Amino acid sequence: MANKLYPDAKAALDGLLFDGMTIMSGGFGLCGIPEKLIAALRDAGVKDLTVISNNAGVDGFGLGQLLETRQIAKMISSYVGENKEFERQYLAGELQLEFNPQGTLAERIRAGGAGIPGFYTKTGVGTLVAEGKEHKDFATASGTETYILETGLVADVSIVKAWKADPYGNLIFRKTSRNFNPMMATAGKVTVVEVEELVPAGTFDPDHIHTPGVFVQRLFVGRDYEKRIEQRTVRQREPA
Amino acid sequence: MWTRDQQAARAAKELQDGFYVNLGIGMPTLVANFIPEGVDVTLQSENGMLGMGPFPFAGEEDPDLINAGKQTITELDRTSYFSSADSFAMIRGGHIDLSILGAMEVADNGDIANWMIPGKMVKGMGGAMDLVAGVKKIIVLMEHNAKDGSAKFKTACTLPLTGKGVVDMVISELAVLARPAKGAPFKLIELAPGIDLDILKVRTEGHFEA
Repeated sequence: MANKLYPDAKAALDGLLFDGMTIMSGGFGLCGIPEKLIAALRDAGVKDLTVISNNAGVDGFGLGQLLETRQIAKMISSYVGENKEFERQYLAGELQLEFNPQGTLAERIRAGGAGIPGFYTKTGVGTLVAEGKEHKDFATASGTETYILETGLVADVSIVKAWKADPYGNLIFRKTSRNFNPMMATAGKVTVVEVEELVPAGTFDPDHIHTPGVFVQRLFVGRDYEKRIEQRTVRQREPA
Repeated sequence: MWTRDQQAARAAKELQDGFYVNLGIGMPTLVANFIPEGVDVTLQSENGMLGMGPFPFAGEEDPDLINAGKQTITELDRTSYFSSADSFAMIRGGHIDLSILGAMEVADNGDIANWMIPGKMVKGMGGAMDLVAGVKKIIVLMEHNAKDGSAKFKTACTLPLTGKGVVDMVISELAVLARPAKGAPFKLIELAPGIDLDILKVRTEGHFEA
């Protein structure tokens, strides 16, 4: 078995990083983000990054850390509302931004990882998103409808957060922290994964594996996850 | 005139037993509080969950379990989790019955604008463009007029669109406007208490059949 196990984030990224590279980073908001790998990217100082991620973190956490250090040149995202430093850099013209509808972003990554260079979707037809893109009519159950061509996305490195892995790189995600992580695992030339727990080979029921190990090249166990909550919402217990 | 809660309750009347429903952020979230007795709906959260439960009790929040508004939530006995690609396969593929969204403008041809004001910081469209393009029925829950008093149901949207010709129903604090099919004209369905047709017409720019 090829060894996929590395001691930590720094070791797992060793030799993979270069200025101007494209990185996919999993997570939705701060849920399911690769905390340790983002911190290691910051420490490595690699710059002029194009980062493909649904969101851009918050000030001081998640991808917000790489914005503070000016390591990101361009973001490809669907929603970036939670980040003042992002707004400042964008309005100052220091940061490029490409907005994609969330489902289009998810599908572009899925397609890229699946060897599909483009696909047609009706999302965004008649909006700014469609400008400059090929339009094509298809006959559908509800008549002729117009679709636009969107292209697949791949990355030099994908950084992914899973809950558990085995030494073969088989992954299981937990609850809504799955989000963009499985597609990104398929779309990196090299995919580096951090997990909360490494289990012995044979522990997983093969029917329960979310991401098969073929998509994972490097793997390590992260410690002391912060898992910050963006919107802590609770309800009151009914009085007894 | 309806309060925000009454507006949400009116929207909840559009829920049908067995529906899979996606609720947008803001006022649409309130609709979950008014699901009628005997109507069983499953709420979808586009980050990757079907069967969204209520907020957790204090101390039971799970950072791995959030909705599309990034709020902590809980799971139910019917809950399933999936990737964002599968989530938007549900949405884009027409498997979700109903989406209730907010809007800045709706035009009388069904166009909707709810993601961008030119010259202001743009936060992004998130999943809104996918929802309006793919979900079977689109209900907009919004205030009838903007802060400057201008009508939000217009002859044409002035802001960049989220989707073209996609809205089926508008519920404001004044009235319910709806159309039987995409492409059909909007029709007045219901007036809120204390609102008559003359008031509605004065405060509306877009065309509707009375």
